[in-house]
Amino acid sequence: MPDTERKTYSPTLEFITFHIGEEEYCVDIMAVREIRGWTRATALPHAPHYVSGVINLRGTVLPIIDLAARLGVGATEPTSRHVIIVLQVEGQVVGLLADAVSDIMTVKAEEMHATPNVDSETAKLFVKGILAVDERMIRQIDVAKVFPAQQQQDAAPPAAAA
Amino acid sequence: MSMDDLRVTFFQECEELLEALEFGLLEINEGGGDDDTLNAVFRAVHSIKGGAGAFGLDDLVRFAHKFETTLDEVRAGRLENAPAVLKTFLRSSDILADLVRAAQEGTEVPPGPVEEVLAELETHLPTEEAAEDEEEDDFQPLGLDFDFDLGGDDDDAGPPVSGPDVWTIAFKPRRTLYERGNETVLLFRALAELGELSVTCDESALPALDAMEPGEAYLGWTARLATEAEEGDIREIFEFVEDDCDLTIALAAPEAEAEPEPTPEPVEIEPLAALEAEAPPAEPEPAAEPEPARAEAVAPKAKAEAPKATVRVELDRVERLINLVGELVINQSVLSQQVFDAGIAANSEVATTIDVFKQLTRDIQEGVMAIRAQPVKSLFQRMSRIVREASGATGKTVRLVTEGENTEVDKTVVERLSDPLTHMIRNSVDHGLESPEKREAAGKPAEGIVHLSAQHRSGRVVIEITDDGAGIDRPRVRQIAVEKGLIAEDAVLSDSEIDNLLFMPGFSTASEVSNLSGRGVGMDVVKRAIQSLGGRISIVSEPGKGSTFTISLPLTLAVLDGIVVEIGEETTVIPLTNVVETLKPTAEQLHSMGNGARVVRVRGDFVPVVDVGYELGFRDKAEGLDDKVVLLTESEGGSRSALVIDAIQDQRQVVIKGLQDNYGTVHGVAAATILGDGRIALILDVDSLVASATKTKTDPDHSLAMAG
Repeated sequence: MPDTERKTYSPTLEFITFHIGEEEYCVDIMAVREIRGWTRATALPHAPHYVSGVINLRGTVLPIIDLAARLGVGATEPTSRHVIIVLQVEGQVVGLLADAVSDIMTVKAEEMHATPNVDSETAKLFVKGILAVDERMIRQIDVAKVFPAQQQQDAAPPAAAA
Repeated sequence: MSMDDLRVTFFQECEELLEALEFGLLEINEGGGDDDTLNAVFRAVHSIKGGAGAFGLDDLVRFAHKFETTLDEVRAGRLENAPAVLKTFLRSSDILADLVRAAQEGTEVPPGPVEEVLAELETHLPTEEAAEDEEEDDFQPLGLDFDFDLGGDDDDAGPPVSGPDVWTIAFKPRRTLYERGNETVLLFRALAELGELSVTCDESALPALDAMEPGEAYLGWTARLATEAEEGDIREIFEFVEDDCDLTIALAAPEAEAEPEPTPEPVEIEPLAALEAEAPPAEPEPAAEPEPARAEAVAPKAKAEAPKATVRVELDRVERLINLVGELVINQSVLSQQVFDAGIAANSEVATTIDVFKQLTRDIQEGVMAIRAQPVKSLFQRMSRIVREASGATGKTVRLVTEGENTEVDKTVVERLSDPLTHMIRNSVDHGLESPEKREAAGKPAEGIVHLSAQHRSGRVVIEITDDGAGIDRPRVRQIAVEKGLIAEDAVLSDSEIDNLLFMPGFSTASEVSNLSGRGVGMDVVKRAIQSLGGRISIVSEPGKGSTFTISLPLTLAVLDGIVVEIGEETTVIPLTNVVETLKPTAEQLHSMGNGARVVRVRGDFVPVVDVGYELGFRDKAEGLDDKVVLLTESEGGSRSALVIDAIQDQRQVVIKGLQDNYGTVHGVAAATILGDGRIALILDVDSLVASATKTKTDPDHSLAMAG
């Protein structure tokens, strides 16, 4: 009883966890607008390699980011079994391409560990923290960082920002 | 509501008021209009003055005040509405618009023209001039035509007034006045403060005591007020009760005025027809009217055109609605496609319902688009100012005739059309029309006519600018084009091809740069502006008879006519406005220029080849063009390119979806759209595509053909 009481004082976080290959990742559930199946994307010219293209999300043009390619673990060959996690951050809506969504987790804030100082720039850039659950290690994706740099003030093709 | 919000509202209202002002003045100028029109004009200026006062915009107040005062002279019948006066008024309205804009933007208006017009207004204000009004013993409302030739009917003119004006105020409260807690005695006290007041009470309506209803208002008063105050000051006292009483304020004899009962019958005003507005068959006021009366409607309530009730809505909300409807339309077409794919018979119930659904969505879309639609009236009115200025600067007498002002176009289109149209109108006056002497020599009336019309034609709006000038001087145009190296000396050009040379960059027919047109920008800029709106411009000219420029525009910027093409594995859309023609070039037509650059020979011109699939990175560079299709496009500035694509699927209208919000700008891509199968297709930006494909070449303009 006192245990549950204490829990309510500690701030909890909710995550959606998903798989890319063998690895598990998660994003803050507050950023997720919806999850939908893969549909064929329309390729964008001059796009960075991790942008799979754009799809029609009920009338909105939704850019799709191949998270695997973004993290440097190889481009995904999307099939109908793949999912798109639609994220919204600061007015921008983007879809993350993932292999499968697995779970919704509620964890206490202190269970989230800082990213260890590994020797990988991509890891440090996109992984905000690490969640240890039993034997699993779940990486929290920094949603804002995986978005393609949308503020290209000059007319430079987006490839330059990759 | 903060002060800033109020300010925004004020300027919004100013815009409407200025429009009403100009509209009214033009109507009067055309010979139409009646007292209500003049009242509307007066009210517009007055409201601007009032608002400006509240915001401490002193310049504006000062000017508006003088303007208002002069207008009031006309309103009171003391100043004849002569053409010269009207001209001053029109100029004043221009200046007023300038002042409003300056106040809005926080800039300064050069004082020169302001003072000039102020002085001009001053000259129309009476110094000693006697106002000569006829008196009519039995009240007969005059035909409310606007010539105000009252000065002529001086059959019983009174002596000039000197000293304080004596006003006659006929005041008959209605029941509602008392019900709303007003007190007549307080009004008279306030009046007494203005000057010397004498009041007589009219008890004639008072019934016998037993027939009297306690709550009814039976009494009327006639007050004579000798005061230095202006009519506006008197009116102000009655400001809060004017809807609840019959009020007539008039200068006492000799300029006695009375108000005709506002007739319920609205006067239909043909905005342009130069016909006199028919006088409403006003009922003669009952003989009880104490003063000899003249028809000068003071009641602002009798509006000739009852204004339609409107709602001010934030543009954002409308945009959101338009987006939603766009999605609905796409969703509907996806559904139709799926039903069709499912092999459901066309005469089945499902198919019928889908058809109805389709019709409904279309109707909704049209309805929503109509919210953004605006009549081109405001735009055309601005043009009349341009004509005034241009004719003043060139010394030509020009009349602008407009038609189809109520044609509705998307708000953005109207806004963005202003600059090109201004330029074209100026051109018409400056270059199109001849000088009055030349016109007369050619047997034409000295006054030139520029005709501006708008109409809907097959889902687009067509705007025509016609002048009855000399037409295009083709030999001269040709000569200039040769001089400027735009065409070869021996080029064989048809008449229309020569006419289209006007749209080429750097072309200007006026041999000297006048301060009107010829500011270095030419018709090519106009053409580009029209094209950027998804429109086309063409020209027809007949020597000696004049020229007609025709602009064809989409009704809205939310949709676009495009050619759906296949490039590699992708389906994309190329805006139809860019495409001149499609062709399948033979191997002989294709020439290599070295370094991978190629040109296609099209009727004697060499047009650079742009392989769209390669430029966009959709596929490798096409070696031969045997299995390809070439779209001959024309980009900004009239340069042509041959876009290589794989196949043409369709030509259709597509709904434009922005890429910027969620992604950013993509080079070579203007926007996106959603096709019937629910997939996204990119809309190509031909200009930037061509620019990047040809930028390595040193002289891209060399192959430049004539426009059109």
